[in-house]
Amino acid sequence: MIHVKDLMKKFGDFTAVDHVSFDIPAGEIFAFLGPNGAGKTTTIKMLTTLLRADSGDIRIDGLDPARESNEVRRRFGIVFQDASLDGDMTAWENMEMHGVFYHVPRKIRQERTEQLLRLFELWDRRNDVVKLFSGGMKRRLEIARSLLHTPKILFLDEPTLGLDPQTRNQLWTQVKHLNQTEGVTVFLTTHYMDEADRVAQRIAVIDHGKIVAIGSSAELKQQTGKDSLEEAFLALTGSSIRDEAANSADQFRQMAKLWGGRR
Amino acid sequence: MSAIYILWLRELKRYVRSRAQIVASLGQPLLYLIALGFGMGPVFQKAGQGNYVQFIAPGIIAMTVLFSSVFSGVGLLWDRQFGFLKETLVAPVPRLQIMLGRTLGAATVACIQGLLVAMVCLIAGFRPTNWAAIPMAIGFMVLIASLFASLGTAIGAILENIQGFQLIMSFLVMPIFFLSGALYPLTNLPFVLTLVTRADPLTYGVDGLRSTLIGVSTFGLATDAAVLLVGITVLLMVGSRLFARIQV
Repeated sequence: MIHVKDLMKKFGDFTAVDHVSFDIPAGEIFAFLGPNGAGKTTTIKMLTTLLRADSGDIRIDGLDPARESNEVRRRFGIVFQDASLDGDMTAWENMEMHGVFYHVPRKIRQERTEQLLRLFELWDRRNDVVKLFSGGMKRRLEIARSLLHTPKILFLDEPTLGLDPQTRNQLWTQVKHLNQTEGVTVFLTTHYMDEADRVAQRIAVIDHGKIVAIGSSAELKQQTGKDSLEEAFLALTGSSIRDEAANSADQFRQMAKLWGGRR
Repeated sequence: MSAIYILWLRELKRYVRSRAQIVASLGQPLLYLIALGFGMGPVFQKAGQGNYVQFIAPGIIAMTVLFSSVFSGVGLLWDRQFGFLKETLVAPVPRLQIMLGRTLGAATVACIQGLLVAMVCLIAGFRPTNWAAIPMAIGFMVLIASLFASLGTAIGAILENIQGFQLIMSFLVMPIFFLSGALYPLTNLPFVLTLVTRADPLTYGVDGLRSTLIGVSTFGLATDAAVLLVGITVLLMVGSRLFARIQV
């Protein structure tokens, strides 16, 4: 379903993604595990048509995201690392816009929106403006929205960042359920070992833009001779702390806080 | 088509929901109208130019449309910051439709603002000389709004942060306003200022409004409309190019 070969991306002198290759068969839950700044989000951006690769080959369901962008976009749903909802619109309106973007016919759109909002326990708040939602509710809405157009592939970029254990648990239960019932292929990134261990069938450990190991949780433990995935991860990536350079969006966010942004 | 519609509708809903913003954005034009209109009025009258409120009301309306449309267009920056831009960029919708939906929304909001300020002007004592030309005046508001909403979207597509936005305000939007003849007649200006005012697209918008509302024109309606239409076409083309290049 996802095929990546020799993928490269540089930002100036910095190589964010360095000769990355992997294959994800349909129906698999695949996790990208890596420290901050390892290249997880950059890879996702290239897979989801938001960023062009410098070189290498990507196939999403047999299609090239750089050339057949809109065809590729139809096939996946994505939950970004940070918010991508319209805070001034209600939950229902956010779903509605998404459905229109993805050409979901009105009747199906409304049925599925209700179904998903109920599933993620947001139905009672459907007519509330999203900026009034808690972090967990926003996340749930993002996930509900990403499923509205019944994608074949679901990208989850650190979807549980900042969520409480209950919400995390609920989220993964639902993701697994979707994977089992609808056969959705899931590509997720995280730096919580326990999550990768729990939901992913295969895990790729990525560091400094390179994949350093790939396999099931058991295989990774065996490969490194460690008892837990966490120890295996540290053995593979070392234990020094990584700093992620703040990008312009982060700086902007800081400024907006100072200025008391519009939302 | 429906993507354009839903994005247009979104701009409208956001506008209607931000009541504080609506009130705030009426404050500035009102200040100009009262402070300048009545403050400078006697001087203007003495110079033999007639009633100043009559003269600047079309300019103030044009200013409102200018500010509102650029602001809404640049709203793209806020979408970038709050993440909604990413949602539109991963959607299977041609970039041109996204850009058009936004721009049309921004232009519509600007026209509504312009109409509100026009009403404020009426309350303040402004009287159009030819009521039958009101539809044409609205047409000019639409042209001005479309032009500057396209400009705003184009700028929003290049800028990455709010500092850049301040720069645009000081060095582009304010000059466009002050050099447009919104506040003073275009006749007998120093040579350089004459050249600069002729290069400012808002000049033709103001002239069109003044021509339809109070029957005073420097260039004539046809020229005004033609310049604005050319400006819209160029900016839409540039804007869609820039929009297609956005990466997040």
